[in-house]
Amino acid sequence: MTLYNKDYEIVMGLEIHAQLKTKTKLFSTSIANFGAEPNTQANAVDLAMPGMLPVLNTEAVTSAIKFGLAINAEIAPVSVFSRKNYFYPDLPKGYQISQFDLPTVGKGVLDVTLEDGSTKTIRIERAHLEEDAGKSVHDLGSNSVSHVDLNRAGVPLLEIVSFPDFRTPEEVAAYVKKLRAIVQYIDICDGDMSQGSMRCDVNVSVRKKGEHKLGTRREIKNVNSIKNIIKAITYEANHQVDIIENGGEVQQETILWDPDAGVTRSMRSKEDAHDYRYFPDPDILPLRISDERIEAIKATMPELPEQKKARLMADYELSAYDAEVITSSKETADFYEEVLEAGKDAKLCANWLIVELFAILNKQDLELHETPVSAKQLGELVGLIVDKTISGKIAKTVFEEMVATSKDPKVIVEEKGLVQITDTSAIEPIIDEVIASDLGQANAEKFRNGADRILGWFVGQVMQKTQGKANPAMVNEILKEKLK
Amino acid sequence: MNDILKLTITELIEKLKTRELRSVDVTKAALERIKERNDSINAYITICEETALKQAEISDQKLDDGEAGMLEGVPLGIKDLFCTKGIKTTAASKMLADFIPPYESTVTQNLLDEGAIFLGKLNMDQFAMGGSGETSAFGDTINPIKEEEKLTAGGSSSGSAAALADFQCFGATGSDTGGSVRQPASFTNTVGFRPTYGRCSRFGMVSFASSLDQAGFMARSVEDTALMFRAASGFDEKDSTSADVAVEAYDEIINDLEVKGLKIGLPKEYFVDGVDQKVKDVINAKVEQFKAAGAEIVEISLPHTKYAVPTYYIVAPAEAAANLSRYDGMRYGLRVEGENLSDTYAKSRSAGFGWEVKRRIMVGNYVLSSGYYDAYYSKAQKVRSLLSLDFEKAFEQVDVIFAPTTPELPFELGGKIDDPIAMYLCDIFTVSSALAGIPCISVPAGFTPEGLPVGLQILGKAFDDAKVLQAAKKAEDMNK
Repeated sequence: MTLYNKDYEIVMGLEIHAQLKTKTKLFSTSIANFGAEPNTQANAVDLAMPGMLPVLNTEAVTSAIKFGLAINAEIAPVSVFSRKNYFYPDLPKGYQISQFDLPTVGKGVLDVTLEDGSTKTIRIERAHLEEDAGKSVHDLGSNSVSHVDLNRAGVPLLEIVSFPDFRTPEEVAAYVKKLRAIVQYIDICDGDMSQGSMRCDVNVSVRKKGEHKLGTRREIKNVNSIKNIIKAITYEANHQVDIIENGGEVQQETILWDPDAGVTRSMRSKEDAHDYRYFPDPDILPLRISDERIEAIKATMPELPEQKKARLMADYELSAYDAEVITSSKETADFYEEVLEAGKDAKLCANWLIVELFAILNKQDLELHETPVSAKQLGELVGLIVDKTISGKIAKTVFEEMVATSKDPKVIVEEKGLVQITDTSAIEPIIDEVIASDLGQANAEKFRNGADRILGWFVGQVMQKTQGKANPAMVNEILKEKLK
Repeated sequence: MNDILKLTITELIEKLKTRELRSVDVTKAALERIKERNDSINAYITICEETALKQAEISDQKLDDGEAGMLEGVPLGIKDLFCTKGIKTTAASKMLADFIPPYESTVTQNLLDEGAIFLGKLNMDQFAMGGSGETSAFGDTINPIKEEEKLTAGGSSSGSAAALADFQCFGATGSDTGGSVRQPASFTNTVGFRPTYGRCSRFGMVSFASSLDQAGFMARSVEDTALMFRAASGFDEKDSTSADVAVEAYDEIINDLEVKGLKIGLPKEYFVDGVDQKVKDVINAKVEQFKAAGAEIVEISLPHTKYAVPTYYIVAPAEAAANLSRYDGMRYGLRVEGENLSDTYAKSRSAGFGWEVKRRIMVGNYVLSSGYYDAYYSKAQKVRSLLSLDFEKAFEQVDVIFAPTTPELPFELGGKIDDPIAMYLCDIFTVSSALAGIPCISVPAGFTPEGLPVGLQILGKAFDDAKVLQAAKKAEDMNK
């Protein structure tokens, strides 16, 4: 449980910065990739040289519109870029261009599925386009210099602001996962939190249950994983309850989560808050988005997680749970589709992915992209079951071998001679032998007298003699015939 | 002085084409004149002798090869606010005293592409903030008309105006944020044209106030400004506010206007008490000439004129405050090392900016600050719309508007510099049109009995640049 003190509840709102996967920066023609040598992807516009002017990247606008469509939001026919003024060496212009009172994406909603299977609707207040700042690296050594890398300066961000609709850290986690899935599905952001391409700020406040007034909030900046989000919220909420219970007052602050120490630390108080002196950027005309443009983008929208889930349930008769798990990230969904291509049987594929493969990944603490068994291999394994080359039981043995060696299932089956015996002429003599044995004759007698369950003993004997390779269904059938 | 320096651009082009003159010789003559006069007039911050002569040689070759551009071989002066690749661009500030841009502004590039030769970079008010040339970090510019009286050549395009009036160039670029080409033109008996906002790219012009900044063109004849304008203007994808509207052959259609039947509006707010009577006399005489030639004179009203100066002095400083934030001593420009980051910022900016720039940054930040935004910036934007509306209504009635360019005559250097309000009020007739973004020009209208020049201002509808230039041409013809 999250709060030790059950008289309180937590209220949270999220601001998520999604770095857009555009080719170039939001207002310049510099390449917007990660990982280049410092200051090699910054041109005169990014450096804010005299007389340089911003030119809006239409690809970024398209990304914002896509996101708006994905959350059923209103797309503003006119939105405005403003200047947010403050001085810092990684902010070359001395202002950040961001959308202030007229964002491109207005109110929308996102349904998230919680662990107990219930659904909660989270309202999104807005999503706006803005440029990122550069990166400051402070060398705290003896000469204490600071370095600035402007490669990131001007990279487009979509800041997605929710209403304060969250009451538990689990809801927050579910929302972040869902949002990550959406931006990946519509292919506007890679959603990688550890690389900082999705950054999360959480506004946390607590109040006595039954209260309507919101408590004073503190904003946790830049938490870089879902696990840390849960930890940070849990720590911070309990900390706020402690303050109140001890007769204190929560002070509005911006705080940082220290994952090593497991505590939140103050970054700046309300008194240090800047007056950003926002005003419309006169270098950029108001952004006008026509209905035609929205319709054209709508026509190119890929399947969203919700839609995919519904399709998997309708077309393949997957359970809601299986469909939810499979569609929870684009990576999983794509993986599943690839398994299905070779595996054919949708339900069996879902089972092998969710039950068998996920168990291994969990056990070995691996992410899906680190899996020892590729989607194609898993699909082939299911395919071998479907075409009766191996039985489900043998498949588990093969799978263990695949996990250990990353070999293809067919190779393993061949090497170990695990091909299922489906030839009646091969099975019949073995059955005859079992029935002819002493015990076999006695048990056959019992079976004819109505002891149906004795059939299992015969099957077991046959399987033993074939090292489990005989097709169980055929064994059953032939046995029934011969024992008449 | 070599008499060829007195030629207009169009006359010079004729002589270059017929080989009566060679660009190298003309350029040499201009450079000599500059060197001889720069100590007394101080029109140039940087003289580009070597590159200018090299350009001239190339131009002569092109003229020989029949590949001449529109301005092939014509020596121009460039206001030191246009970034010129490899040539120091200071904006007349200590902040950028040693700044050499690695890129060319679109306007100057367009001029270069048409064969223009750059003699040097012209003095100006620092960051284009000022109306007398006195805020330059490189000294005052002297008005060559009555040189001994030490009058201002106006501002901020002080060097452009003075260089033209003193025959130190054939044409010059200027920039006009609130009157910075028109008022200096009026003070030096030259022509100063501010095109419709968006006609010329602002790419590579050191920004003062983005929604107002517009490249301007100055010359000793209207046709010359029209030609320079034609060569320099056009849509530029590097400037989001530049207009995708076709460029006309302004110089070729310069005479295509009938004065007979031309409806000229005289805004009563521009002929009030407080306007120097001598200025009014010259303007009225010019209006009479048009009337005699068959023009219809209509009294009109631009009722929000009285709010134009306060509106301008809120909008322009607000934009300037943000535009000048980039000069922080971190990447280029002046840096004065301090104890820590914020001290370095403070020391660099204190040393790099002059007092007028600092004043406007402070005003700008004040009007944008929380709690004052609505009262100042937001209200000013509303008034700005009303000012535009005034013009729109007026142009339903008339073709062009005539007015004085400034309410007063060229004043003595030092005369107003300690009284910013008095200085700002001189902009009364030039800021409304800048806020509205409409085309306007100051054209010589005559002299006072003491021999001081008076400029007639002509204003037109947005993108009616051609008509403004044509009407100005008529006014100029009537001077003869």
